[in-house]
Amino acid sequence: MNLRRDVFQAIADPTRRAILLLLASQAMTAGAIASNFDTARPTVSKHLQILTECELLTQEQSGREIYYHINAKKMKAIADFIEPFRMMWEQRFNKLESIMKKYKTKK
Amino acid sequence: MEAKTKIHAEDGKQELLITREFDLPVDLLFRAYAEPELVEQWMGTKVLKLENKKHGGYHFVTTDPKGNKHGFNGSIHEFIPNQKITRTFEMENSPFEVQLEFLEFEPLTDDTSRLTMHVIYRSVALRDQLLKLPFAQGINMAHNRIQEIVGKLIG
Repeated sequence: MNLRRDVFQAIADPTRRAILLLLASQAMTAGAIASNFDTARPTVSKHLQILTECELLTQEQSGREIYYHINAKKMKAIADFIEPFRMMWEQRFNKLESIMKKYKTKK
Repeated sequence: MEAKTKIHAEDGKQELLITREFDLPVDLLFRAYAEPELVEQWMGTKVLKLENKKHGGYHFVTTDPKGNKHGFNGSIHEFIPNQKITRTFEMENSPFEVQLEFLEFEPLTDDTSRLTMHVIYRSVALRDQLLKLPFAQGINMAHNRIQEIVGKLIG
């Protein structure tokens, strides 16, 4: 049962974020991906399954091997979604920090 | 460089965590929340009321570039200097319902501190809608820079 799994669930996990970063530079097989983690192979497979279900990864058959690719379009959708909210707070907090630094020296 | 402000929004949960580390001692960070003149400066808002105490409340009004006024208000449930503020937050005249906020202030070193905002919404859908808001309103000025970063990431 994989009810309402979406990209935000996918990126909530640090291992899955690491997998995405790994695949950002090149497509890899499940075995090659797993060799980058201390986690058990079935755990990595599970992560790959979730990322694929969320359409963050696509699979491509090449001979006997299956390669995982990053789905750039979907990745961009995430960044577009949460980044503006984060940037809004980042800017607000930057302002707080600079104001309070001046406040400190004024005192 | 790692982002200073982090948003942790797990899927399917009606809450989110905003964390930020500051190059400020914790008492100065807290003061930015406690003193109305300082709140006005960094939030870019007008403070009509700010009663920092249990059973207290606040009322801010922000004017957008078009001259429209937006009110924000809430009740203060806990106010522990240099440690914690528990309050509600409501955007007036908006479809968004009130949210609950836990603000925790902690010293990291003598000169640095961390703020953790734990925000709880009425529903998952409401949280996701609010997360999308800055994008929808085009508030984000650094958008091009983000596109660039994402561009690099996705090659």
